[in-house]
Amino acid sequence: MSGSAGGKPCKPRQDGRGDRAANGRAAITVPDDAPIFSRRQPWTPVAAVACLAILAYIFWSLSQNPVIDQEVILEYLFKEVTLRGVAVTLYLTIVSMAVGLVGAVILAMMLLSSNWVLSGLARLYVWIFRGTPLLVQLIFWGYLGIFTPNLSLSLPFIGTLFSVPTAQIITPMIAAMLALSLNEAAYAAEIVRGGILSVPRGQVEAGRSVGMTQFRTFRRVVMPQALRVIIPPMGNQVISMLKATSLVSVIAGADLMTNMQRVYSQTYQIIPLLVVASLWYLFMVSILTIPQSWLERRYGQSTARSTPRRKVRRTVAANSRATGLVGEEK
Amino acid sequence: MNTEPLVSVRTLTKSFGHKVVLKRISLDIAEGEVVAMIGPSGSGKSTLLRCMNHLESPDSGCVLVGGAPVGYALKNGELHELSDRALSYQRRGIGMVFQSFNLFQHMTVLENIVEGPIGVLKQPRAEVYEHARHLLDVVGLADWADHYPSQLSGGQQQRIAIARALAMRPQVMLFDEPTSALDPELVGDVLEVMRTLAREGMTMIVVTHEIAFAREVCDRVVFMADGEIVEQGEPGKVLAAPQHERTREFLRRIL
Repeated sequence: MSGSAGGKPCKPRQDGRGDRAANGRAAITVPDDAPIFSRRQPWTPVAAVACLAILAYIFWSLSQNPVIDQEVILEYLFKEVTLRGVAVTLYLTIVSMAVGLVGAVILAMMLLSSNWVLSGLARLYVWIFRGTPLLVQLIFWGYLGIFTPNLSLSLPFIGTLFSVPTAQIITPMIAAMLALSLNEAAYAAEIVRGGILSVPRGQVEAGRSVGMTQFRTFRRVVMPQALRVIIPPMGNQVISMLKATSLVSVIAGADLMTNMQRVYSQTYQIIPLLVVASLWYLFMVSILTIPQSWLERRYGQSTARSTPRRKVRRTVAANSRATGLVGEEK
Repeated sequence: MNTEPLVSVRTLTKSFGHKVVLKRISLDIAEGEVVAMIGPSGSGKSTLLRCMNHLESPDSGCVLVGGAPVGYALKNGELHELSDRALSYQRRGIGMVFQSFNLFQHMTVLENIVEGPIGVLKQPRAEVYEHARHLLDVVGLADWADHYPSQLSGGQQQRIAIARALAMRPQVMLFDEPTSALDPELVGDVLEVMRTLAREGMTMIVVTHEIAFAREVCDRVVFMADGEIVEQGEPGKVLAAPQHERTREFLRRIL
């Protein structure tokens, strides 16, 4: 093949006919209706079948395994202790995520501040809370009472306003929320900061030029556009958070994981109960991805080039209209 | 009619770091006047324009619009920078069109135009929408109201940006190289809209490289170089018979 292709291009020059130069290989005649065959990839289906076989074997051996007791799984899947744990897990996720987001926006604004004290403090916060394990932070808040037995507020000249035992306020639930949301704020702050930075400077100037205050520009112009960038990684954060709540078991947080552990520490049905927990986590994660895609569609609208939000009337008529001061483009 | 200039630049100085961008610039612009500011890039004309809207704050001197210093309040002979709210209030009267359009990307064309009048001026919705539709008609894009900026060509976007600025019913319009980011065949439509505005008596200050537009439409051409006004006057004089070598050199290069 390469031999014939290499030799032929000289020919047109030899016979000196310009119009033949373009198809120097004109010696071959291709029939107009020559059937076309794509290159075969015989190994792709083989690999697919092999993967399916391995998967089937894994499932089969799991179903045969006496440790994975399907009856126990079914029994505990909808038991009260499980459902209550699911509720606590969801509650923890939502509250911590909400508080974390508010903190993240404040931290992001501090990070972007021109005041170096503010940005420095925010960076210090992010450094500490992102740099230490969440497990450590959870234990710290859970055992806060060891450091400070009493929480009190004293003001100079007024005296002590109140003083209560730490354990009374920082319940495991509060400790869990504190740890999760403070940690989340540090991670999400970077995401929010990136989102804000992704909005071009000109957008702010445009907002200011039509008389918007700084806050209004931020709320009406910067934030809606930043959200487009913020939402996808934030969806990831929600999922991470949902699963991170399982760490709460170390301070007896009464979430799904804690409850499952409490049961299997007595019944020793460790694997079936972990399967129950995993099924619920999978289910919750699947549910949580629905609002994400909805939000992405909502804030991604303006970039969906082909579909204007509302049906456009008279688009065709636009071209024939010549009454305006200016001609139409396109 | 007022004989006071509508816009008055008083010994304005501005530097970025060590580079002095504006050197004691003074310039008066009467109501209804259309002024073209031309000059090589880096000559300070855009910075001067941005000072008129307080998007840049001067190092010394000030800009008066309608008799009030832009971005500052005069107290005991001192200029104190205005609060965010007061500055926003002042900017309502000064329309600005940017080189890169800067339309709000997440809003439709119509939403872009009504955002200021409804959100900032708190004008009645029905009235604002009617005015917005009229403005869309003026810029020739009545049928694009519900599109997003990303669905429009650059020329169309810039005409929407002009409509957005006009919706605030400004006293003066500032144009910062409005056609520089456009494909050549789209420039004409934008200039046509600006020509209409000029005809209707809008006070306009236009930083531009469109010498033909300056010649045809503007009352005065201001040539700037190295942070100074080198010469100014009627376009016929400045562009046809420039007095200064710098102007001649610039025009030779650009024409």
